[in-house]
Amino acid sequence: MSDVATIAAIAKEKAQSLGIQKFDVCGSTVDEASVQVDQGEPKQVKASKRSSVMVRVWNEANTVGVTTTSEVDELGLELALKTAQEASAFGAKEHVPDFSPEATSDLEAPQSKLVPQAEIATLIDNLVQTEAKLMAAHDAIAGVPYNGLAQRDAQRFYLNSEGAMRQEARSSSSIYLYSKTEQEGRRPRSAGAYRVSQGLKQLDIKGCLQETAEKTISHLNYQPITSGKYRVVLSAEAFLSLLGAFSNLFNAQSVLDNRSLSTVESLGTEIASSLLSVADDALHADNVGKTTFDDEGTPTRRIPIIDQGVLTNFLHSSGTAKRLDAQPTGHANLGAKVSVGPHFYHVFSTSTPEQTYSLETAENVVFIDDVQALHAGVKALQGSFSLPFDGWLVTNGKRVSVESATVAGDFRELLKSIIYIESEAELTPGGICPRIWVDELSITGE
Amino acid sequence: MSPTALLSRELPTLDYSATRDRFDDTWRSPLSTLLGLGRAAGADFVEFFLERVNYISCLAEEDAITSISPRLVAGAGVRVFLGKGDCYVSTNDMSFKGLKSALEKALSILGLNLPSPQAFVPEINLDLLRDYASTNGKEAWLANCSSMQEMGDILLTANAQLDKDAKHVQSRRATYFRDWQEVLVAASDGVFARDIRLTQSVGYSLLCAEGSDRASINKRVGATNNPNFLRSWQYAGDSAEVSESAGQMLHADYVESGNYPIIMANEFGGVIFHEACGHLLETTQIERQTSPFSDMKGQKIAHENLTAWDEGLSPNAFGSIDMDDEGMPVQRTLLIENGILKNFLSDRAGCIRTGHPRTGSGRRQSYTHAAASRMRNTYIAPGNFTNDDLFNSVEKGIYCKKMGGGSVGPTGEFNFGVDEAYLIENGKITKPLKGATLIGEAKEIMKRISMSSQDLGLAAGFCGSISGSIYVTVGQPHIKVDEITVGGR
Repeated sequence: MSDVATIAAIAKEKAQSLGIQKFDVCGSTVDEASVQVDQGEPKQVKASKRSSVMVRVWNEANTVGVTTTSEVDELGLELALKTAQEASAFGAKEHVPDFSPEATSDLEAPQSKLVPQAEIATLIDNLVQTEAKLMAAHDAIAGVPYNGLAQRDAQRFYLNSEGAMRQEARSSSSIYLYSKTEQEGRRPRSAGAYRVSQGLKQLDIKGCLQETAEKTISHLNYQPITSGKYRVVLSAEAFLSLLGAFSNLFNAQSVLDNRSLSTVESLGTEIASSLLSVADDALHADNVGKTTFDDEGTPTRRIPIIDQGVLTNFLHSSGTAKRLDAQPTGHANLGAKVSVGPHFYHVFSTSTPEQTYSLETAENVVFIDDVQALHAGVKALQGSFSLPFDGWLVTNGKRVSVESATVAGDFRELLKSIIYIESEAELTPGGICPRIWVDELSITGE
Repeated sequence: MSPTALLSRELPTLDYSATRDRFDDTWRSPLSTLLGLGRAAGADFVEFFLERVNYISCLAEEDAITSISPRLVAGAGVRVFLGKGDCYVSTNDMSFKGLKSALEKALSILGLNLPSPQAFVPEINLDLLRDYASTNGKEAWLANCSSMQEMGDILLTANAQLDKDAKHVQSRRATYFRDWQEVLVAASDGVFARDIRLTQSVGYSLLCAEGSDRASINKRVGATNNPNFLRSWQYAGDSAEVSESAGQMLHADYVESGNYPIIMANEFGGVIFHEACGHLLETTQIERQTSPFSDMKGQKIAHENLTAWDEGLSPNAFGSIDMDDEGMPVQRTLLIENGILKNFLSDRAGCIRTGHPRTGSGRRQSYTHAAASRMRNTYIAPGNFTNDDLFNSVEKGIYCKKMGGGSVGPTGEFNFGVDEAYLIENGKITKPLKGATLIGEAKEIMKRISMSSQDLGLAAGFCGSISGSIYVTVGQPHIKVDEITVGGR
């Protein structure tokens, strides 16, 4: 792919020749490799080097057209600009997106950083060894059907016809392991873990292996659970999955589209237990995938969403901010209709709980490690969920794996039923969050 | 034309000029050379997949078009096999140099070295181009699809209809996309094939609210190979259906969790077979040892009343393709006959690794994915019962009229959501229910699908798996499941 300066120069030249006065371009290049192994042998190794850009063109009537293309040479960009110009005739007449007022402001963010990629043979060796160790962790572990070790360099840029020009680059490396057991007369069980870091050297492969083994082994002695209402502890992964599934609660575009569980009037109201505080923080020190600007060029920043149970902010694009008399927050995803999305959640508590709890002494509590099939079991516009999960019934501190079961409820009720937020936070790819204790959720087993 | 006795050192000097905007016979020479280079380096098999996409989506919200988004994509991927191992490298750079660079990377990943500068590079003798794209008027499809203006007009008219039909509307959307794709496959066994696919879908997303009660209902229809698809959309019927469903669900009670017999409606109800069995018959699952059916070919895995197919041939069906993404013509594959497992779905890698013959099932979302064994149009065949037979056999159970999505895990446990459900009491529907999720274990549930009605219907869907998101059809007649766990409140 051409470098950003070249793309910018081509875009300006082509726009000029097409009579386009106002345009912007955001794009990315990705150079990545991933490996999988199966019983000590490489299974499928993948590598990719690709690029794509999105161009927006405003016409004389100030309606906007958009085109995405993977062809970023002169011919490709010219065709994309022409297509966007054609599409602009059919652009929305109301709430037309415009350049972000912050597209040229200073970035107060860490510098971009790429780390050298490891040899693919090194990735394979690491994963082969890890697979062998995982299978050796317990006789019942018969395989690691899902595994992967990957590295990725990603570069992004944003530029516009008024002189904005931003770019950043990040490296990341990740591993996932998902092992499966086989025992005579017993159902197969499985569990997995995931780790991400900037580079292979920093990647916690050992921790991922250990977590996968421990979880898988802990599910061997599974038991059915009696259906009913239970006190539930949600892991960081489980809570963040639900928070993400119901992110329309604080998504300004969803609010404006009447497709949110919130309304404009919800700001300042109590939507959760006073124990809960949530921020979205793309620049969080623990966020490997830091993003310093959004697709409109707006700098990212820490945005408090829920402060001690009170909804304090929506996440904005420049367009939603303008309509709701707020500031852009750096959460825009470019498109003919600009959408809004979160970066990295930080869940914490600043309130003093009335009572503390511990899984070491818990009695008849369900600890949910992971919720599944959110695309099927979440009714985001209704607030309800009914989801299969991996977890344990904890009785007198002892954990017994739960056979196939679902957890169901209303997310707004769940937020208000939080009775305790543990102090120690856990890092996940989507954010950082402690375990969350919730009273009275419906569990369906037998 | 390049010399047939090409020396490796001459490769950098070659100047191939394949047609940029069309995958025609001008691609033969560069691909023949590259495939030969891969084989000369020691690869057992090499395959190139080239793709061009012209995609557009359109969104109508209330009474305005709020998004028209074209997307233009071009890219290629090269897959190299050495023994049972393989690797896949993709790139946007479709010049000879770019494709050669991708090939070299793939070879190096497998520990293969390019031949010495003095070595001959034997070109692969590719077959005559099997040009599926030149049949059935496919070359003209893109030009004959709805224009941007027409897309907007139709969606706005359809959305106005929804406003007339539905009550307590909070948000109404009509969405459309058109995915035009041209592909070219060239492989070291001589395969040289081209196709054009045209996939379109249109539908509604309706949110109704009254007080604290809410109901959201989606309806999507889709088809392949029909440039007139959007023009012929029967939106009035879909609007009435969506409005009726939302009205029923708005004030529905939450389902009481437990184990029930259920009756699943036809068409999209077929997602139960897709998740509970279809995925587990793909060789990608056999390879991973994540299918409980791996060693059960010829054995009974389902109720004797159940027969199921996967095929890519039904006219206009969402999962229909003339050739798969490995250049193989598709076929009709009998999966289960009267409960007996007959066949698996296999792609090239699956065939190499498991021995199951290829079925024209190698599919992928795009050039960034290697093909994998995937479903096409998958459905339970019609049975001998009537819908009345099914309902009359249920004393207390649940009628799952409209299914949501689902998934299956590595242990064969599956789940899927129900968008529209009703309580059945003594064979009769008595009240609407919401919030149901069905969970089960594949091996057990297949034996509990005990009755199939005669009203087979197909529905368009999207399937996500190892090679990305692809278009599929699910389908079935009304069926009865003797018992299944229903998660609710």
